[in-house]
Amino acid sequence: MIEIGNLCKSFTLHNQGSAVIPVMQNAQLSVAAGECVGLIGASGAGKSTLMRMVWGNYLASSGFIRVGDLDVAQAAPRQIIALRRETLGYVSQFLRVVPRVATLDVVAEPLLALGVCADAARARAAELLARLNIPQRLWALSPTTFSGGEQQRVNIARGFAHSYPALLLDEPTASLDAANREVVLALIEEAKARGAAILGIFHDEAARDRVCDRVADVRDFAVQAA
Amino acid sequence: MTMTLQNLAKDQPLLSVQGLSKSYGTRIGCADISFDLFPGEVMGIVGESGSGKSTLLSCMAGHMAPDAGRVIFDTASGPRDTVQMAEAERRRMARTDWAFVHQNPRDGLRMGVSAGGNVGERLMAVGARHYGDIRDTATDWLGRVEIAADRIDDRPRAFSGGMQQRLQIARNLVTGPRLVFMDEPTGGLDVSVQARLLDLLRGLVREMGLSAIIVTHDLAVVRLLADRLMVMKDGHVVEQGLTDQVLDDPQHAYTQLLVSSVLQV
Repeated sequence: MIEIGNLCKSFTLHNQGSAVIPVMQNAQLSVAAGECVGLIGASGAGKSTLMRMVWGNYLASSGFIRVGDLDVAQAAPRQIIALRRETLGYVSQFLRVVPRVATLDVVAEPLLALGVCADAARARAAELLARLNIPQRLWALSPTTFSGGEQQRVNIARGFAHSYPALLLDEPTASLDAANREVVLALIEEAKARGAAILGIFHDEAARDRVCDRVADVRDFAVQAA
Repeated sequence: MTMTLQNLAKDQPLLSVQGLSKSYGTRIGCADISFDLFPGEVMGIVGESGSGKSTLLSCMAGHMAPDAGRVIFDTASGPRDTVQMAEAERRRMARTDWAFVHQNPRDGLRMGVSAGGNVGERLMAVGARHYGDIRDTATDWLGRVEIAADRIDDRPRAFSGGMQQRLQIARNLVTGPRLVFMDEPTGGLDVSVQARLLDLLRGLVREMGLSAIIVTHDLAVVRLLADRLMVMKDGHVVEQGLTDQVLDDPQHAYTQLLVSSVLQV
């Protein structure tokens, strides 16, 4: 489902003496349907950079990133928009939403974008929020005022609202208590069972051992010092 | 509801801008701008004042004649170059297929006419004649932009800036346009009012399958509203691409400067 090959990435900082910083070289990785692959490597090794290239908000310098039928490294913006709407989900570490929109609508939005009717989308959103232990009295409020852990759970609910065939998870269990961590791990297992291909970053080793079928060390893709 | 998906299947651009240029004497307004906009897409154009973004918008929307270039719109009778259209025909299209939301609501509203009249007038311009129907549609649209039904007979003068802007949006969208041009639609509004307007615009774009071109200097606005982004400097496009890619991994020196200059909140 996700197939990465010969992927290279460097950053050029034009306003800092045009410094060119190569960060990744010949990355190879594949994630099959129903499989969860964990990215490992020290902080700064390039785990998030790789995830962002798959999501399409970082440009690949060369190589390919196939998600389903689309090569994200070559795709036009509207193809990536369609991919994100239908095929590829992303739970980032940060919740980025229009302020003052109700939590229930924030979670329902990916379904509305797919053309699901408002009632069905909100019902699915409510089901996920309840499961992730967000008290119902908060559903009508904007999540921008919530605690870090609550925002993270809203983000997870939003990421799991639609049954994406491919999912990117960036530290989905960070800042969660044991009960909520368990809910998130169960959601990941269910997504795998229905055939989703998942690429994730988990600093929580026990969580990684439980849901990941294998790990990929991004240090293998690091640029060797000349 | 499935409109956006159907539109996506079509490979025909709704708007195709080709080599559009406009100079003011020896000074460049915008130079050799080309891009395609597809049905359901929202494109943001950012840049500092004087970068040419408003000139470009005016040339595309037919408010200003470009020196060179084509603005091809996919009309009911096929793609047509709107720059070459007769004035009357372009005006008719601007009333039906297009809409233009001004930064200042006073430029897009009739201040001496009631809120209902402002919306109804547009319907009459495209042929609606039945008073009851016009009033019902106007009431419905005021509701959609969150203006209470009991304000239908009030004049926009009595409205707050945010309400005036929402009224301008209702007046523009009531005829079901396919393409909306917006010039700093949230400029001059309080941050809290901006947020409501952004949510409203996002919902309308999604429900109506609209395409939109939004000119703004506010990067936070384009991140939340636009699928694609075009960055302008000195009349030229220096970078374009997927919105979050341009903002998160800018390639051009000017875009890097622009993005790194935004205060984090």
